[in-house]
Amino acid sequence: MAMSGGVDSSVAAARMVDAGHEVVGVHLALSRNKTYGDGRQRGCCTLDDALDARRVADKLAIPFYVWDLSEEFAEAVIDDFIEEYRLGHTPNPCLRCNETIKFTAVLERALAMEFDAVATGHYAQIVQGAAGPELHRAVDPDKDQSYVLGVLQPRQLAHSIFPLGADTKDIIRAEAEARGLLVAQKPDSHDICFIPDGDTAGFLQRHLGSLPGEIVDSESGEVLAEHDGTYAFTIGQRRGLQLSRPAADGAPRYVIDVEIGSRRVTVGPPELLDVYALEGIKPIWTTSPLGESPVELLAQVRAHGVPVPARAYAHGDRMMVELLVPIRGIALGQAVVLYDGTRVVGSATIAVTTRAA
Amino acid sequence: MSDRSYLDHAATTAMLPDARAAWLAASEHLGNPSSLHAAGRSARKVVEESRESIAADLKTRPSGVIFTAGGTEANNLAVKGLYWQRQQSSGSKSPMRVLASAIEHHAVMDPVVWLGEHEGAIIEWLGVDHDARVSTTKIAESLAQKPAIALCTVMWANNEVGTIEPVERIAELCKEQGVPFHTDAVQVLGQVPMNLGALGADAVTISSHKVGGPFGVGALIVNPATGFTPLLHGGGQERDIRSGTFDAPAIAAFAVAVRHAVAHQEEHARAIRDLRNNLVERVLATVPGVILNGDPDLLGGGRLPGNAHFSFPGCEGDSMLMLLDAAGVDCSTGSACTAGIPEASHVLLAMGVDERTSRASLRFSFGYPSSSVDVDRVVAALPGAVDRASRTVSSRSK
Repeated sequence: MAMSGGVDSSVAAARMVDAGHEVVGVHLALSRNKTYGDGRQRGCCTLDDALDARRVADKLAIPFYVWDLSEEFAEAVIDDFIEEYRLGHTPNPCLRCNETIKFTAVLERALAMEFDAVATGHYAQIVQGAAGPELHRAVDPDKDQSYVLGVLQPRQLAHSIFPLGADTKDIIRAEAEARGLLVAQKPDSHDICFIPDGDTAGFLQRHLGSLPGEIVDSESGEVLAEHDGTYAFTIGQRRGLQLSRPAADGAPRYVIDVEIGSRRVTVGPPELLDVYALEGIKPIWTTSPLGESPVELLAQVRAHGVPVPARAYAHGDRMMVELLVPIRGIALGQAVVLYDGTRVVGSATIAVTTRAA
Repeated sequence: MSDRSYLDHAATTAMLPDARAAWLAASEHLGNPSSLHAAGRSARKVVEESRESIAADLKTRPSGVIFTAGGTEANNLAVKGLYWQRQQSSGSKSPMRVLASAIEHHAVMDPVVWLGEHEGAIIEWLGVDHDARVSTTKIAESLAQKPAIALCTVMWANNEVGTIEPVERIAELCKEQGVPFHTDAVQVLGQVPMNLGALGADAVTISSHKVGGPFGVGALIVNPATGFTPLLHGGGQERDIRSGTFDAPAIAAFAVAVRHAVAHQEEHARAIRDLRNNLVERVLATVPGVILNGDPDLLGGGRLPGNAHFSFPGCEGDSMLMLLDAAGVDCSTGSACTAGIPEASHVLLAMGVDERTSRASLRFSFGYPSSSVDVDRVVAALPGAVDRASRTVSSRSK
């Protein structure tokens, strides 16, 4: 049972115990900067969080250990995050962490030690289907985390348990309260856990340094401003451009393109952001792969994005997705997750976007 | 018979029934040992009798026994207290040198590092050989060098691998050069004869809970002629070196535990040595590739009798600990820090063990409640744990 010290994994652990499993709590030490929280912590990775997890395990009378995966995390998640930004992509580190740490490093280690499964406090549901275990959205649409679990391979899914997916967060909080878990009132974590101050641009600047370039207008080609690094810009971004002059028509301008070689950031009107089709690399098929002929599904490109109707098919080792309703502002490196109703079909990393209809 | 085996006595051991009785008896009496009335005098008597008892057992003078709230405080007092005092008496604020072995417990190492970072102290880490033993020749060379040395600190025996250091010789060398010498003896009390009068160190750290007394009490046994700048200021209860109300019940129980440790040292050492040697022989015979760390002479006087420390190359120490825990064996990866995160041991690294192997290590330490049942349980559980833990490494390195 992966225990972050938060409300969700604590209740999930309690439910695993109630269900009669032989449960061992494991807290993952992911950060090398071992600090205490400030009492208002939002993350999941301070020593206070480890202590909270330990106290929950005490209460549930289950063994508890801390596994140091900081090395793996630094390499597979943090370095990857920085490298992706350097390449002008927009990665999702939570998804990468699930893929490489929680359901690979932890799961493999647990299986090697002859445990049967890893349980987490993620909001998602596993349903046993004819073709094997299926991953479905959680009942609570606000908390649904199936998007960041879209990276799970069938084998990983077969050894995963998500005890919370059939309930809403309100019910989980109330249950934590009723069980007397002291973490019941802890705030949810939202930020990237290794950037606790939320200043992603500052974090990237510390790692990538200053790489100045120009911000140009998509129509006139005019240089509107200078910037310190392309990594501070994401396609579709509107805020923080700090352009001195408004567009001719007074309409807001968005980041349309980020070029790494020339360090040029292009801004323009939002219509230029509409994406009609995309290609994903390194597809992961949750239960079984799609065939070569298009199927009508739903596509989602952000953790809390709105799914849109799409036609998708497999083409070699790529996932091809035609969006029947265009999505505005998709950056390379984001993950596309395909759904059939509530069921996750698969996911891939977006490598190509087509903006003309 | 318990269905678990506790083999982590170097971390802490069971409280002795006599110590508990002394503790409870003293707790029934009202009185602050520093008060001047009858109640205070009676409490003070308990403290002073305990002090005299400990001094007699360790063959030193009662005036040198400074009670502290444990080994960590005693080590901090020795390291910082000596540094500040020496710097003050040198009449100059210029940085001084500190000689410290590279394998000290964190309770010595961290104050030394702190002095370097915050007081500008020049730290000279004394390296060790593959058995974790410092070189007296090198120490003599370091002691002969300028500029001035504030103190030299070398533990009497290492807490992880059990190697006993040549403290008698180091004390002599320090005395020749007029350098104060501190030794952390937390691990040796009860396992090795201790004659502090003969040793002549300026400061020796001991701790109660390692010998069957309560937690939260220890002592720094000092040479009363050596000055220490206090860490804690207040009532000046302990010769103005240490302030804080005496914990009379804990001190009384501590004295009982020390008396027991010293009185039974020889038979205790023999008993745990036999168990330890049995464990080592059987582990070496049954686990392929296993390495015994520390002094390999199991019959000589260079290793704590209760210590066994192994590396299991290809395994992850914390996976092993978890699997043995599930099999009913309590042991240690050596150095657990605040959050229980196992780190590569600085002791093993100083011995020249590579990082991966050092993370594949476990310590088993015996105490007075240990028996051959415990050895049997470890020997039965180890092959399975090694097998599974080696799979966790291969899956991690993918």
